[in-house]
Amino acid sequence: MGAGHGHQLHYHGHSPVHRVPAHLKILALLGFMIVVVATPRDWYPVFGVYLLLLAAVIGMSRVPPTYLLKRTVVEVPFVLFAVLLPFVATGPRTEVLGVTVSQHGLEAGVALLIKGTLGVLASLTLAATTEPQELLLGLERLRLPQQLVQIMAFMVRYLDVVTGEMRRMKVARESRGFSARNPRHWPVLARSAGALFIRSYERGERVHLAMLSRGYTGRMPRS
Amino acid sequence: MHVPDGFLDAPTSVTTGVVAVAAVGVSLVKARNELDDKTAPMAGLVAAFIFAVQMINFPVASGTSGHLMGGALAAVLVGPWTGILCLSVVLLVQCLLFADGGITALGTNITLMGLATVVVGWLVFKGLQLVMPKRLSLTALQAGIGAFVSVPVAALLFVALYAMGGTADIPLDTLTTAMVGVHVLIGVGEGVITFLAVGAILAVRPDLVYGARPILERRQLEIRTSSTTGASA
Repeated sequence: MGAGHGHQLHYHGHSPVHRVPAHLKILALLGFMIVVVATPRDWYPVFGVYLLLLAAVIGMSRVPPTYLLKRTVVEVPFVLFAVLLPFVATGPRTEVLGVTVSQHGLEAGVALLIKGTLGVLASLTLAATTEPQELLLGLERLRLPQQLVQIMAFMVRYLDVVTGEMRRMKVARESRGFSARNPRHWPVLARSAGALFIRSYERGERVHLAMLSRGYTGRMPRS
Repeated sequence: MHVPDGFLDAPTSVTTGVVAVAAVGVSLVKARNELDDKTAPMAGLVAAFIFAVQMINFPVASGTSGHLMGGALAAVLVGPWTGILCLSVVLLVQCLLFADGGITALGTNITLMGLATVVVGWLVFKGLQLVMPKRLSLTALQAGIGAFVSVPVAALLFVALYAMGGTADIPLDTLTTAMVGVHVLIGVGEGVITFLAVGAILAVRPDLVYGARPILERRQLEIRTSSTTGASA
């Protein structure tokens, strides 16, 4: 489930929000979300304050709100879940627009929508105002293990290469008249996935050899 | 299916966070045995592959489609420890760069989709490898069964977490039936596609499949004399 991932979310800019060091932004996001999650679910005015706070940060970042709103589609599967909650939960019943639903389920569904939306908007703001490279530096400053930061750096570096390779394979399949319509077409897609793995793995081996030939000893040079 | 912020309460999120940190810490040490100094570039590229493979949509029926989660696939292809690292990095990148999955639920997501699927997929795969005949042709099937089992087990773990720290009182038996029912179906897709993908890789580069190495090592070098020199003894 979940919507497919589009291209990178970064929105180029030079606002104060863009310039804040990445590690502070990550900590701010984490702190903000912990406070949001810890807020009791029926304190609606407090959630309004959170939203205003978030809107102020988004305004300062000069990222168009529509740019962020379009990308909140990642939330869709959980919106569906939140909408279903009042109908499947137990507890005292209440009536909304002539439909009898569970009171607890309704409250939980609304709270889930509010907290989830605040979370997605806050995360999107971080993603839109922070370059992947800065994010990696920020994580390093937050003492994430070197090895993990390196793995992440390689992933971010080769993400577009690998997804680009996949896109070319898709174009190649479709230009030969293939379109996946039902499970009988799975073998073709699975073979593509297998080929993609072999290409990615072999690229990894070549990258490693190239690094060794430039004097790599297991640590990245400081830039 | 990433868990968003505010879905589970704070104690559950903190607990799964601690579990995730411990698992990633152990994996960082153990992955060096699987990849030695190649860890960073190889795991990085495999993580990029897992991310990409999650974007391939497999049509199911009447316009609906699903995608691979890739936990068991990663475990069989690159080993369980590297697999945990790759899935965790994928989830971290999805959380920070794609706003998919809440930052306070990152530990939960890593525990469910990184740790549980990889560990269950690998254990089932390894167990089947021990009891079934040691033949290379069976490796893909074992991987597929591992992938099939890993998905409903992860769903059950989610139900267990929800029972501990859910924010709405859904009757547990309803939730269990729904989650396990849906995820058995998803697991069938995951299993079949993992089976096909591992089979495709085994046909081309069997040496790249980590889970097949014990079987490849048992192979004897076979020297066939060429037919042009006449009948051989």
